[in-house]
Amino acid sequence: MTTFRVTIGLEVHVQLKTKSKMFCACSTDFGASPNTHVCPVCMGYPGSLPVMNREAIRWTVISGLMLGCRINSFSKFDRKNYFYPDMPKNYQITQCDKPLCLGGGVDIEVGGNARRIGITRIHQEEDVAKNMHYTTWSGIDYNRAGVPLMEIVSEPDMESPDEALAYLQTLRQILVYAEVSDCNMEEGNMRCDVNISLRPEGQSTFGTKVEIKNMNSFKGIYNALHYEIERQREVIEGGGKIIQETRRWDVDKGQTFSMRTKEDAHDYRYFPEPDLMPIALPEALVAEWAAALPLLPAQRREKFVREFGLPEYDAQVLAAEKAVGDYFEDAARCSRNPKAVSNWVMTDVLRTLTEKGISISAFAIKPAALAELVDLTDAKVINSNTARDVFAIMLERGGLAKDIVAARGLAQVSDAGAIEAVVDQIIAENSKSVEDFRNGKAAAMKFLVGQVMRLSKGKANPQMAGALLEKKLSN
Amino acid sequence: MLNTLTIHEILEHLNRGECCSVDVVRSVLDAIHRTDDRIHGYLTLDESDALEQARAADVARGNGVKGRLLGVPIAVKDVLNVKGQPCTCGSKILKGYVSPYDATAIARLRAEGAVFVGRTNMDEFAMGSTTENSAYGITRNPWNLECVPGGSSGGSAAVVAANECVAALGSDTGGSVRQPASFCGCVGLKPTYGRISRYGLTAYASSLDQIGPMTKDVRDTALLLQIMAGVDAADSTTLSVSVPDYQASLTKDLRGVTVGLPKEYFVGGLDPEVERCVQEAIEVCRQLGAKVVEVSLPHTRVAVDTYYIIAPAEASANLSRFDGVRYGYRAAGALDPLDLYKKTRAEGFGPEVKRRIILGTYVLSSGYYDAFYLRAQKVRTLIRRDFEEAFKHCSVILSPVAPTPAYRIGENCADPLQMYLGDVFTVPVNLAGICGLSVPCGMASGKLPVGLQVMGPALGEEAILRTGFAFEQATHWRAQRSGIATENAGSQVQL
Repeated sequence: MTTFRVTIGLEVHVQLKTKSKMFCACSTDFGASPNTHVCPVCMGYPGSLPVMNREAIRWTVISGLMLGCRINSFSKFDRKNYFYPDMPKNYQITQCDKPLCLGGGVDIEVGGNARRIGITRIHQEEDVAKNMHYTTWSGIDYNRAGVPLMEIVSEPDMESPDEALAYLQTLRQILVYAEVSDCNMEEGNMRCDVNISLRPEGQSTFGTKVEIKNMNSFKGIYNALHYEIERQREVIEGGGKIIQETRRWDVDKGQTFSMRTKEDAHDYRYFPEPDLMPIALPEALVAEWAAALPLLPAQRREKFVREFGLPEYDAQVLAAEKAVGDYFEDAARCSRNPKAVSNWVMTDVLRTLTEKGISISAFAIKPAALAELVDLTDAKVINSNTARDVFAIMLERGGLAKDIVAARGLAQVSDAGAIEAVVDQIIAENSKSVEDFRNGKAAAMKFLVGQVMRLSKGKANPQMAGALLEKKLSN
Repeated sequence: MLNTLTIHEILEHLNRGECCSVDVVRSVLDAIHRTDDRIHGYLTLDESDALEQARAADVARGNGVKGRLLGVPIAVKDVLNVKGQPCTCGSKILKGYVSPYDATAIARLRAEGAVFVGRTNMDEFAMGSTTENSAYGITRNPWNLECVPGGSSGGSAAVVAANECVAALGSDTGGSVRQPASFCGCVGLKPTYGRISRYGLTAYASSLDQIGPMTKDVRDTALLLQIMAGVDAADSTTLSVSVPDYQASLTKDLRGVTVGLPKEYFVGGLDPEVERCVQEAIEVCRQLGAKVVEVSLPHTRVAVDTYYIIAPAEASANLSRFDGVRYGYRAAGALDPLDLYKKTRAEGFGPEVKRRIILGTYVLSSGYYDAFYLRAQKVRTLIRRDFEEAFKHCSVILSPVAPTPAYRIGENCADPLQMYLGDVFTVPVNLAGICGLSVPCGMASGKLPVGLQVMGPALGEEAILRTGFAFEQATHWRAQRSGIATENAGSQVQL
């Protein structure tokens, strides 16, 4: 059997989360009734003209900067001509030869192997409408028509479906970090076309590539790539030739099907968009945007390890989502014990978010308040069990940890005299356990400490209670 | 009759309370009833709406509202969007289409109180020089009903020349305001590219299109330009340069003005009567104090070729939106989307539009783009530089508007190339993005008007309006009336 090398390149379309569309003032909100966010411009009415959304341009440039691209100081829009019912003007305003961003790359790690996947270019364009097909008719929803899109084209640098997946996941994380898109595949914020080819090991030129469209999840992309590798391998090994074509992924059948071959490829007849002026991006302006960039996820992980002394694992969990990282960072800065803050965020905070199905921005306990709770525990004002109770109260009713502890008298008792009285009472009431302990059963001590805690309503310092018990029982 | 007056004359009457807007609009409607079945300058008319607008203007005036056009009727070429009115662009493909919005130029005129009486005929999608390419019938020249009014704004020129309106709007992509103005003996301006917003002007060739006024005298043109000009957030190609006081630039002499005569424009192929009229006009300018110099525009000979690559290329994309999906005409019996496009466009577009779409599609095609479109853009730059160089030596350039006066209906239909050559003096102005004015400057035999073209540099409207005004005031051509216009002046109401 021949060994084949796989070559994969990705074209990722990302919807920017601007408030208004790329070339008109219509809202970009997802999920509105069909054709309610439309106007003469995004419906392609006669006489209407596009006006550039400057915020979209800025966000694409920021994405480019996050991905290490060069920013073109002179960029322009072009018309891409083709007829399709989802195209209001039957041409799309996009960028052909002068995209906003060039070069760049994404660092991925698969099976312990670190690699950099190159980015060819990022350009700005407008989204098309959404066609919906029913039994005897079709409808077109133009709400999506004109939503700002950026297209990120990778180099053909990926050699396996796993690498493609890692590239997409890392790319998504970076773009969410840049806060330019939600990258929600279900809502169509992030869409992907793949190019894939096979060549026998040792051959230096690429094999004939096939493009696959219509994948709306990472899993779909992953499965389509696996399917396509097997299909192409069988064709080549069977003595056949791969033809350059566009194929569609059928998620139900788990197969790709031919849509069109190179022969029916469109001639898009690109030419410069005469209704828009070229985009000049002065170096000073780009530098200003570059100075305000958020850290990349990898940079942030490193920062958490370096600045807060967190283990690599903690840093990875906390930096996975930018908002969670921000929360942790704010709390850690207010606290004497960043590692304890990390423990709290990774366990109780994240668990609460999952249970309530909310994002961290909607989380009731603010970072400073969590830090205070952590520090009360750290200073042994309360023990960790009490801290969990206080956390629940803060979550439920709000308020500051200090106030809750004071109001409810939850402060830990560390007065040896007070604890000794409780200890004496427990020893008197539990002669069986006392005997067990004296006979060498260590577990009995645990029980006795528990009894002290119960009797003290959880407020006794457990270390002091243990020490006192041991001292008295060893006499 | 009020319909025979200019805007500024009507405003004087209105402001003195000697008549009301309803009187003015009625006089226009009467003239239309009297003669438009012969001219066919209008495509649609909503009389009750026009009178309603006039009444509203009269009420506003009574309430002390000021407006630089309060109660003045204006006819609009059927390519400009006026909310609630049809906008067919002379095409079957937009039959039944009603505009959902006002073009910026229309909104600015409306804000000054203009009354939009009706929609004027035009070559389909502004493609043509005779108004014979309209899907809704031809328009005739009020000076000679056997002749074309020019195009593509032939309807607007004809209704002004016939006194069927006070003033009109046209659009000029390669001469479509100036040439019909020349053929019909009225004043027409193609402003500098970017001077008037194109928002709401149905696009033919986006990098060449400009809206232009068509009026009975230069003063009216200056007034309409004054109102429509200026930067617009809805059109990124408008110039953010302040609008000067154009009326203040209108003086009766030409002292200090240097007039350039492009040697390439006065060569063979020019109708002798047109040449005579233009030469006499140059002499008038000299007598008014202008210095006359020869200039050179060496790329003139390739301007028409360049225009007929760039304009159809842009048009091929601009007209793609007419597909039967969202508005306008939709062919019956389509089997699938592709079939719908093919049938709708085959049935909806006329032959000249199809010719230019095919031409434009061809020059943008892979493998031909560099040889045609890209090269044409480079030539365009050379043409622009020609003018920049020439305007170092003169303030305005004079030339004929068209090589001939109006010709007979049907005369040029069989030969599109011959027709395209008639654009030789007007297309360079659009390609260079500069401004040009057409002013009546004489009569050819058979009582057909001849126009003088006054070209100015980018944003040189003051200079060309001043030249046009001084010339107009020094000559009697403005007082000449077409037969139809005289008929519509009929029973003079003494004011």
